[in-house]
Amino acid sequence: MRLRIAESGVLSGRPVGRHRAVTALLSFALMWCCLPACSPPEHSEEGPDLRVIFVTHGQASDPFWSVVQSGARTAGREVGVRVEYQAPESFDIVTMAQLIDAAVASSPDGLVVSIPDSGALGPSLRGARDAGIPIISINSGSGAAADLGSLVHVGQTEYEAGYAAGQRFADGGVRKALCVNQEVGNLSLDNRCDGFGAALGKAGGVMQILAAELTDPTESQQRIEAALRTDSTIDGLLTLGPTGAIPALHALDEGGHAGRITFATFDASPEILQGIEDDKIQFAIDQQQFMQGYLPVVLHALYLRNENLLAHEVLRTGPGFITAQNVTRLRELTRQGTR
Amino acid sequence: MAKDKRLQGGLIERVLVRPELASVAGVVVVWGFFAFVAGDNGFLSLRGVATYMEVAAELGIVAIAVALLMIGGEFDLSVGSIIGASGMLLTILVVHFGWSLPAAIVVVLVLTGLAGWFNGFLVTRTGLPSFIVTLATLFAFRGLTIGGTRFVIGRTQLGGLQQSQGYDMIRPFLAGDIPIAGVSFPVSIVWWLGLAAIATWVLIKTPFGNWIFATGGDGKAARSVGVPTRRVKVTLFIATALCAALVGIMQSVAFGGADVLRGELREFHAIIVVVIGGTLLTGGYGSAVGAVLGALIFGMVRQGIVFAGVDADWFQVFLGGMLLLAVLVNHAVRRRILRLTT
Repeated sequence: MRLRIAESGVLSGRPVGRHRAVTALLSFALMWCCLPACSPPEHSEEGPDLRVIFVTHGQASDPFWSVVQSGARTAGREVGVRVEYQAPESFDIVTMAQLIDAAVASSPDGLVVSIPDSGALGPSLRGARDAGIPIISINSGSGAAADLGSLVHVGQTEYEAGYAAGQRFADGGVRKALCVNQEVGNLSLDNRCDGFGAALGKAGGVMQILAAELTDPTESQQRIEAALRTDSTIDGLLTLGPTGAIPALHALDEGGHAGRITFATFDASPEILQGIEDDKIQFAIDQQQFMQGYLPVVLHALYLRNENLLAHEVLRTGPGFITAQNVTRLRELTRQGTR
Repeated sequence: MAKDKRLQGGLIERVLVRPELASVAGVVVVWGFFAFVAGDNGFLSLRGVATYMEVAAELGIVAIAVALLMIGGEFDLSVGSIIGASGMLLTILVVHFGWSLPAAIVVVLVLTGLAGWFNGFLVTRTGLPSFIVTLATLFAFRGLTIGGTRFVIGRTQLGGLQQSQGYDMIRPFLAGDIPIAGVSFPVSIVWWLGLAAIATWVLIKTPFGNWIFATGGDGKAARSVGVPTRRVKVTLFIATALCAALVGIMQSVAFGGADVLRGELREFHAIIVVVIGGTLLTGGYGSAVGAVLGALIFGMVRQGIVFAGVDADWFQVFLGGMLLLAVLVNHAVRRRILRLTT
């Protein structure tokens, strides 16, 4: 019986199949071995002596977060720190907590995190503190940062930024505005809409939240178009980042609403700046996220090498406003990926 | 039924046709790779082991149920949405309506069981591919979670489960830690391995296990010899939904709250893990142990790249590559089996 199987080619065919699989596995492994080597060499005479890991909730595909990453890398080069960047592939707080656990277990010199949900990330951050790893928080979570052991928070306070946008809308005569949220579940984004709604409400206006699809611009565009078509009294539109703004821009163009609707967005990207220059977007709220990548690396280096610590609990990088007045210079910088 | 030739032959042949074979090799290769690249960065430390075991356990619990379902010939793409729905529902019942935690858990399990039954009912009654039916419920359940949550509490994220009645009693079982040499291992690992043992026993030792293989292998033939294929499928859908709910509940209890986006992409991760574990997409062949090993590979890759200092951008490349490789190996295995059994 066994012999017949062997003769029929099953056994003799096996080593070939396995060999091919092993080759594929090995070539895969090889590809991975060379990956770290492919990254640009760190600029420092004796090589970086510090290792700082970023764990954020922002995907690298998001234009916003690629600027943060670029800030971190620039600082890493300039100060001589090895910078690594980790984030879940979509907004996923559970995976993010687990990535922090892994980062802590790899014993870096410093940790930089965004805190979109302080309750969920609390245990992981306490683990980092217990392991004696200094934490600097960025972007989201300014309120909870100090309690969770963050040395300093580098970012924008969200409610106030949303409120500032709402005031500008109200001053411009907007009565009913949509707040397009591309990351429902992210408390910081909810806060922006809340602040926006509060400022509008104070002036007698109304705000409605529209959920957009973070990973699917076409779907987001269609949802915004549909919302504008069904309610013609909407005269204002606020998006919370480029992933919402770019679909909104297309929706306004294709629905023929451009000019009638006051449109502003959080954060800047090349398309958004073009929109401001073309007068399709009234303003962008800029939290200058390059500094949210750059400063933590420098601050960690100062703390670890020189025991220097800022007296601020929150270093506010925003809100700043980009309007038709200052857009030309900023476009130049955005093209370089630093704004 | 005639005796399957897979059950005959010497030990070597029997090992080589096991579905888990490729994933055992995968575990060794992936572990060896990260031990080599990131061993001195803490990948080999007990703490490192705990981090990837936790990731593996939470995905593995769902993957084991998905493996049985796929052996039975069906998909469930709604598990990620059910993870999100169950966690959110639990948190709303407890924090917003003031229920005790044990009571809320029972209600959540009943409702998610119903959701699983609904999936199974639609698939078996309409005869539509489960891929499409559960793709629809993926969006429907997620949308219900987001819309319902905002309707009831006006936001999309809710915490405060720690203060609830019965929390201290429940926590050790669902989100407790087992200290081993000063490092805490989450109790989800015990659930994962326990469920794997139960699933393996069901598949190998019980008539129901035979029915699963028969239903997925050739549904018509199975029905004609008296296997209640509809009941088998509906049961598997319910079990899958319950496992997803278990993970959703565990995560909410561990984190003291929930948000409406929990569990996104888990349906695909679960299928990837099951396929890496050697289960065929066409049904009728596979194992729960394979799903366990697949989840272990997923956990090691997910966390390993942090230890290796590779940016997370590359994780999906690795995941896709692993999947492709697993499918190629499985394809080769299946051709060999077909030749063995005909």
